[in-house]
Amino acid sequence: MRNIRDYIQSINNNGKKVLSIFLTAGFPTKEIFLDTAKSVLDNGADMLEIGIPFSDPLADGKVIQASSQIALEQGINLDDVFELCNELKNHSDKPLILMGYANPILKYDTKNFCKQAISSGISGLIIPDIPLEEYDSFFTDEFLPLQKILLTTPTSLDERIKKIDELSEGFVYCVSVTGTTGVKNTFDENVIDNLKRTYSLVSKNKMLIGFGISKPEDVKTFSPYCDGVIVGSAVIKIINESNTFNSIAGFIKSLSVATIQ
Amino acid sequence: MKNNNNYFPDASGKYGIYGGKYVPETLIAALDELEKLYFAIKTEKSFLSELESLQKEYNGRPTPLTFAKRLTDYFSKAKIYLKREDLCHTGAHKLNNALGQILLAKKLGKNRIIAETGAGQHGVATATVCAKFGLQCVVYMGEVDIERQKLNVFRMKMLGAEVIPVSSGSKTLKDATNEAIRDWVTNVADTHYIIGSVVGPHPYPMIVRDFQSVIGIETKEQILDMENRLPHYIVACVGGGSNAMGIFSSFLENENVNLIGVEAAGYGLDTDKHCATLTLGEPGIFQGMKTYLLQNKDGQISEVHSISAGLDYPGVGPEHSLLKDIARVKYESITDNEALDATLFLSKHEGILPALESAHAVAYLHKLMPTTNKDEIVIVNISGRGDKDLNTIINQIGDKIL
Repeated sequence: MRNIRDYIQSINNNGKKVLSIFLTAGFPTKEIFLDTAKSVLDNGADMLEIGIPFSDPLADGKVIQASSQIALEQGINLDDVFELCNELKNHSDKPLILMGYANPILKYDTKNFCKQAISSGISGLIIPDIPLEEYDSFFTDEFLPLQKILLTTPTSLDERIKKIDELSEGFVYCVSVTGTTGVKNTFDENVIDNLKRTYSLVSKNKMLIGFGISKPEDVKTFSPYCDGVIVGSAVIKIINESNTFNSIAGFIKSLSVATIQ
Repeated sequence: MKNNNNYFPDASGKYGIYGGKYVPETLIAALDELEKLYFAIKTEKSFLSELESLQKEYNGRPTPLTFAKRLTDYFSKAKIYLKREDLCHTGAHKLNNALGQILLAKKLGKNRIIAETGAGQHGVATATVCAKFGLQCVVYMGEVDIERQKLNVFRMKMLGAEVIPVSSGSKTLKDATNEAIRDWVTNVADTHYIIGSVVGPHPYPMIVRDFQSVIGIETKEQILDMENRLPHYIVACVGGGSNAMGIFSSFLENENVNLIGVEAAGYGLDTDKHCATLTLGEPGIFQGMKTYLLQNKDGQISEVHSISAGLDYPGVGPEHSLLKDIARVKYESITDNEALDATLFLSKHEGILPALESAHAVAYLHKLMPTTNKDEIVIVNISGRGDKDLNTIINQIGDKIL
């Protein structure tokens, strides 16, 4: 377990934005996932977000949906996810964050989930279908040791962003656009205006930007308005298309270079 | 809007522990906006009179309550009445909700309408109101449902709607709903999502119930008028549960009225091909709500089955979950074959071809009637007509008919 905020701060202090990479647990197989995740961590990712596969991932676009489906077809469940996290914990001391929808966690039993997550080296949690309104009813006391990361979007009003900052621990996940995860080609002025607005409202936590970031140029574009970036679908796409660790390592390196200020 | 069920939801959109707003952050502002508008106008005279005149002059309300004499004679037990939502414009109760929601969309200033559909009845109802009010309409529909409800796909297209096939998951209603929600997340600024049942995040289960409550309000007046007393039983099919909430809501306070929701048992409750969510499911979080769900041991949502596309859904409206827990409504189930038989049964005895969904409620009469007395009254909600199901019926039992 690491203090995510302090960790991001230490990287920022070295003149670099944080690079957080999302991978779907067990995609395309457990073995390839582990090798990919290790390669991602060894080639410049500062944090890893591990997606818990779900049958109905509402906030995700086609690329992550499909990866989730493939993982489920392999029979991946939360026990497997924890096993994979344990392996990664032994490989690297960089923060591991779990990202997943509420229902599998609820079904697993939240108390047991938290216990297993903590012992598997998980530092933080991102649950996109638990907004502020459901925070209290879902995050019961057993979640206390885990750092909860909430999301802001372009439709979040100022007061709400402040409240999200207040309840988040480590960083606030700023969703760049209205929409699902996935590769966008362009970001217009409104997107940048919203990032500036959100960044100015987040004070307690660090802020990372995600959704639609797919190339080093995007990282450069967004860097002035955040403490780090999150890349997911673009990495999954490369796994789909090439599945060679060289191309993934090269891609992560190019993103990492772009985070240097 | 007159509504006798004023207790739920609470201020946070909960029905006991059920309901809520389990959605991505992007949608919260739109849900808040919708909730605020709805509370502001639901008692506004001009809104109510506009809706009422649409219900009357366009939808053909009130729908009749028909005494089913030959059905009653057949069982020789309680008197059976049928609430005739099959006579609504477009052929099912779905238009009651679509008319209300299109007025909300206009007030919200949103020009693009999206909807999900299973049987196609909600898609047709939404396409119909969009045609009437001149708004753009996009309907998401699973590929399996497109195949088995082809007639409704043509109808939607004739009405000017774009029908987008959904190929993910089980390719049915749940997947169409996922895609509609993703569309809404992306286009929330100019788009209103007309959910077709009492499901999804708050305030939808409340709004759809309220717009459907006209069924129960009319039924109560009609039965008091015809029999001068309340019924002993009301039977309605439950997929998401909107026609059932519509007719039940006016009778929740009348504790002597037994309310029975009939779910789809598909190939049977001992198989995994059913959608008897309240009968065999357990609480979970799905598509914006906490409610009973059919799910596997890992919390993945099940791919369910019913011969009727409108019941083919692994979740159920959160208010039904509460009504089950407090035992105010009893939930039973009927198989595909029982429902198919019931379509013929009602057709031959009353000259009414029910939708396969509604046929589940009709089929339950075979179980209920022997337990009733001659001085009792049973009302069955015929939520829609069966013309849309002719292809399925011919494929399944065509040889029995010819």
